[in-house]
Amino acid sequence: MWRDNLRGIFYIALKDIKTYYLKPPAISWGIVFPITWILAFYLRNPGDFKELVPGLIAMTILFSTTSAEAVVINFELRLGTLERLLLAPISIGGIFLGKVLGGVIFGFLMTTIVTIISVIVLKLHPSIPYLILIILPSLFLFSSFGALLCVMVKEVFEAQTLLNLPRFLMIFLSGVIYPVSKMPSALQYFAYILPLTYTVAGLKQSFSGNPDRTLFLYAFVLILFLFLFIFPAIKLLSKKFE
Amino acid sequence: MKNDIVIKVENLTKRYGEILAVDHISFEVKEGEVFGFLGPNGAGKTSTIRMLTGLSKPTGGNASILGFDINSQILQIKKHIGVVPEISNLYDELSAMDNLIFMAQLYGVPREERLKRAEELLKIFKLYERKDSPFRTFSRGMKRALTIAASLIHNPKILFLDEPTVGLDVVAARSLRNLISNLRHQGITIFLTTHYLEEADLLCDRVAILVKGKILTIDTPLNLKTKTDRKTLEEAFMKITGLEPEILAIEKGR
Repeated sequence: MWRDNLRGIFYIALKDIKTYYLKPPAISWGIVFPITWILAFYLRNPGDFKELVPGLIAMTILFSTTSAEAVVINFELRLGTLERLLLAPISIGGIFLGKVLGGVIFGFLMTTIVTIISVIVLKLHPSIPYLILIILPSLFLFSSFGALLCVMVKEVFEAQTLLNLPRFLMIFLSGVIYPVSKMPSALQYFAYILPLTYTVAGLKQSFSGNPDRTLFLYAFVLILFLFLFIFPAIKLLSKKFE
Repeated sequence: MKNDIVIKVENLTKRYGEILAVDHISFEVKEGEVFGFLGPNGAGKTSTIRMLTGLSKPTGGNASILGFDINSQILQIKKHIGVVPEISNLYDELSAMDNLIFMAQLYGVPREERLKRAEELLKIFKLYERKDSPFRTFSRGMKRALTIAASLIHNPKILFLDEPTVGLDVVAARSLRNLISNLRHQGITIFLTTHYLEEADLLCDRVAILVKGKILTIDTPLNLKTKTDRKTLEEAFMKITGLEPEILAIEKGR
């Protein structure tokens, strides 16, 4: 049975990449938006650009995984194609993970491109294993987050609207542009309930040249967030078929 | 048709809040049989199919398909059944061929057989010339045919067809009925819901008549016509469901 599920997860992800992700809207939201955003800050203060790279990578992870993810499930529910998937020998959890994996693979491609370009152009020397340790759980976490928001609502446009609030909150409060340590203490507490804060902090450590053990703590917290999003999302999706 | 029971339903019930959509129904379907599930709109036909195919959970009762329990072994059941829902629901952006290949992948059809099987089905359903066209460009009849082809990609033992000819023109509906008839000759058990009684009369070995979630009778179309002393299955259906006086009153009022 687990083999049927694994096969289903893999092929659903591949199909989603082909039909939803490798399309101009997903690519523009996933990569063009974070680059434009960061470039705006670079033009304001070119000297600090290296400091912005972890934030740029974090934003690429956030936007590339969530942009299409937040709509595909509702879109397919509406068209009846999700029901088609459910007729195959795959559990609802398997279908959900297939959808999440589609976002993860696309996010991984986008993040890899942004990271490689940043490293080459700015002559950075990140720790690759630590980068992977932070990027991988972040990709799964934010893809699940997008899918969770999607199953919380009925309409495609509702999911996009619902997604924009936490996304923009995280851009401003998770240390993407402005360091969390320099924020007022009340905002710092708030920042630590946002998952992107741990992604940015972990990425900063990976690029620091001297990462310490707190990086493992960040990875662990990211995994905790992942479970926090994934289980309720599967439960909510199951309810749609009761 | 053999005598082995492939679908066994006992006291199956589905409730949506206050509405009792399926009310303790019981029936059996034999291997190789075309079993018709007839009833007016809202009788509970689709709710029953949804429970039997794992799209919704029963509120009560039980059913087994090919010996597997629908409550605890639904993934095993799904490997052996094909389902054609009322609305053709393949992927609009994918071509006919890609839709079939994707379904073959989901059902675990071996890699070396996928293409061959998809081509074979496209030829049987006369869609081979359009194999590279996106699903969205197909006519309603072609969409229906491709949806049936997709449900057969893994060689299922039982095929569930929910209102297969609804919304089709006369030619497309006739062609689809011929296809269903051919499937029956291949030994596939067919569970068919329809409210076109002429279609049921032509295709089904036995029919169950369902009204307000309850099965009123199960028999062959011929026996139902004989028992009710009516010439057509439609007239027999009116008599059994008690709709006959209503229809007569409408006809008198004209």
